[in-house]
Amino acid sequence: MVQRPLSPHLTIWRWGPHMLVSILHRITGNGMAVVGLGVLLWWLGALASGPAAYDSFSAAMTSPLGYVVLVGLTWAFFNHMASGIRHWFMDIGANYELRSNKNSARGVVVAGIVLTALFWGALLLL
Amino acid sequence: MDKRTTLGRYGSKGTAIGQVRGLGSAHEGVHHWIQQRLTSIGNLVLVGFLLISLVLLPDFSHATVSGWLGSPVPATAMALLVISTFWHARLGMQVMIEDYVDAPGNKFAALAILNLAAVAGAAFGLFCIARLALGGAS
Repeated sequence: MVQRPLSPHLTIWRWGPHMLVSILHRITGNGMAVVGLGVLLWWLGALASGPAAYDSFSAAMTSPLGYVVLVGLTWAFFNHMASGIRHWFMDIGANYELRSNKNSARGVVVAGIVLTALFWGALLLL
Repeated sequence: MDKRTTLGRYGSKGTAIGQVRGLGSAHEGVHHWIQQRLTSIGNLVLVGFLLISLVLLPDFSHATVSGWLGSPVPATAMALLVISTFWHARLGMQVMIEDYVDAPGNKFAALAILNLAAVAGAAFGLFCIARLALGGAS
């Protein structure tokens, strides 16, 4: 492996919305990769194993800690989704202007929270 | 230093730019980058399908959920979701490991564990969906 220099570390930059969204993208992505996919496999495994295993999965997920995990995962998904869509625009060379870049970063944070609230509202009401 | 090589002509090992000048690209970035984007589209569609389906399901009893998941379209969508999300997660965690794990030996070990876990996890998910779809589950 060729040893290449790494990018500068986080501490030398001044914080802004774009930085927050950037690091949240990494945190939510890796968080979902570990916790989210773990819950997904537990869910699928419990479904395939039968009602008894599914009941213990349901009991865990409807406990207070279970709701914290599930709400946290849905927020992580919607936040990661919103910043991922923002990345698509930057991939084609758009949205690098300072003002629109900063505003879209703010929009990502708002969208993540609003979509999470809408999803849980729909799940509980419908 | 040997002046016949690009590195010899331009490279001063003492500076960061000198360490990369003349090496060219690592030749493995574009493939990774494109796959990360393609699976992101897959994730958006398939997780969207899952979340909307969860909202529309009448209840979350074992009979209801396993009956839904075992029918052809949801079973196909969930199998694709497992493949797309695990592949996307594998690519994303690889980048995190490459950024934060410096020592080459530790980096190789972390990437090996990541690959084994991703393949094993996806295989387990696909097996569970196949069992539900093909009628093995009670």
